[in-house]
Amino acid sequence: MKEMICIVCPKGCHLKVDENNDYSVTGNACPRGAEYGKNELKNPMRMVTSTVKIEGALLRRCPVKTSVAIPKGKMFEVVQALNSVTVKSPIKCGDVIIKNVAGCEADIISAKSM
Amino acid sequence: MFDIIVLGGGPAGLSAAYSAWKAGAEKILIIERDKELGGILNQCVHNGFGLHYFKEELTGPEYAQRFIEMLKSTNVEVKLDTMVLDVSENKVVSAVNSVDGFMTLEAKAIILAMGCRERTRGAIAIPGDRPAGVYTAGSAQKYLNIDGYMVGKRVLILGSGDIGLIMARRMTLEGAKVLACVEVMPYSGGLNRNIVQCLNDFDIPLYLSHTIVDIQGKERVEKVIVAKVDESRRPINGTEMEFDCDTVLLSVGLIPENELTRGAGIEMDGRTNGAVVFENMETSLEGVFACGNVVHVHDLVDYVTAESARAGEAAAEYVKSGEKNAEIVTVKNGEGVTYTVPQKIRRTDNKFTEVFFRVNRVMADSKINVVSNGEVIATFKREHMAPGEMEKIIIPKKILDSASAEITIETKCEG
Repeated sequence: MKEMICIVCPKGCHLKVDENNDYSVTGNACPRGAEYGKNELKNPMRMVTSTVKIEGALLRRCPVKTSVAIPKGKMFEVVQALNSVTVKSPIKCGDVIIKNVAGCEADIISAKSM
Repeated sequence: MFDIIVLGGGPAGLSAAYSAWKAGAEKILIIERDKELGGILNQCVHNGFGLHYFKEELTGPEYAQRFIEMLKSTNVEVKLDTMVLDVSENKVVSAVNSVDGFMTLEAKAIILAMGCRERTRGAIAIPGDRPAGVYTAGSAQKYLNIDGYMVGKRVLILGSGDIGLIMARRMTLEGAKVLACVEVMPYSGGLNRNIVQCLNDFDIPLYLSHTIVDIQGKERVEKVIVAKVDESRRPINGTEMEFDCDTVLLSVGLIPENELTRGAGIEMDGRTNGAVVFENMETSLEGVFACGNVVHVHDLVDYVTAESARAGEAAAEYVKSGEKNAEIVTVKNGEGVTYTVPQKIRRTDNKFTEVFFRVNRVMADSKINVVSNGEVIATFKREHMAPGEMEKIIIPKKILDSASAEITIETKCEG
């Protein structure tokens, strides 16, 4: 039995998820809470945002993000993959900077035109 | 002579200028002190912005960029790297930059959108030494996300506001060890989703009803002592914990930045630390409007955008047809309500009036009452309210028509 706070809406239901009983969720006030609780235990996903070094722009860092959410356990690996990257201005918001970062089905894309 | 001068090029100023343009104002100028538009959004590289306004989840820079692109289709002028020194009662703006030098600019209407700044160590009087390594969370965020510098390796965070929580995750992902987040109140000041995604994901403990009682260190922070506090927020002897750390980040609240507002002699609200505003975001000075965090601190940038759009439209309307004269209804804070925005409502033809407010404690199953002459004239139900979440009620014209010259917004907690 795992306890967690639902983050689907501001209400913040205290969920209990039973791994041994097909991830059945109790304590949720709505169906979205049940789904959140299940996914959060079975396959938690997170968006990762960070910055990379940029040359030739007004500022020194270019904000980036994963194109889609990645498995939670891969977060550190993804951020580490950015440390060795330098991009050159001009760069457009949405430009792909790393394809399939850290073996995920997600790209690192620029979040700003610089 | 400008139609409208907007002071500040952050989310509030961008939205106000764009809406004023769409509403028909022609000669609009945005004055921004930074080297680019976007304000604090530029350093908020995390995502979660725009869910209400754009119906998708954007990072801060992306949210800013959307508006900067939208402005490109207008004739709105922008002066960057320019500091406004003074706004006078007759709507003359004094500003200075390294290209134009000192300048005075006149406008028919002015929109104040200067935002807010962080409370510092001095504002909350933390005892102890004065070593390097104590930063506000937002300045650490700027060092990291804009300049590319980490401010420390072992970090303690005081205050559980959203910026502090976001920085806990950000510093951890970049290789720092965040030892704990310490909050003096019995509840967090940040959003639940940030507690989960920024603290729980990385096993960072959150100590509620705790505070820093001592910061030790000669050159740099070396040790921080944290203690539990009682109900009146006084540290309890014997509950001290020691943390070996080199950095303290403060996320202890934001203060609207209103030097220019006060300088213009505009009426202020001691509760919001912002200007007293009417339902159309006009201040006590005719033709001067205010919007965004300079009026009251918002939880979500989406709400800033919406409020600022109303200010922009109202300013354009003022430029076109001048001041509206109407009877005024004053809004008072009742039981459980910390502040309301607007503080004054004009009886106009508006079909409804939105009133934003904050409650002073966590409440379950509550009612919000609008009271006039001791009588409840409208009631709204809420399952959950908290000080960290801005509340909104929509008062229909019919209800407002039935109200006296003063209404009170109060809460009744049943849970």
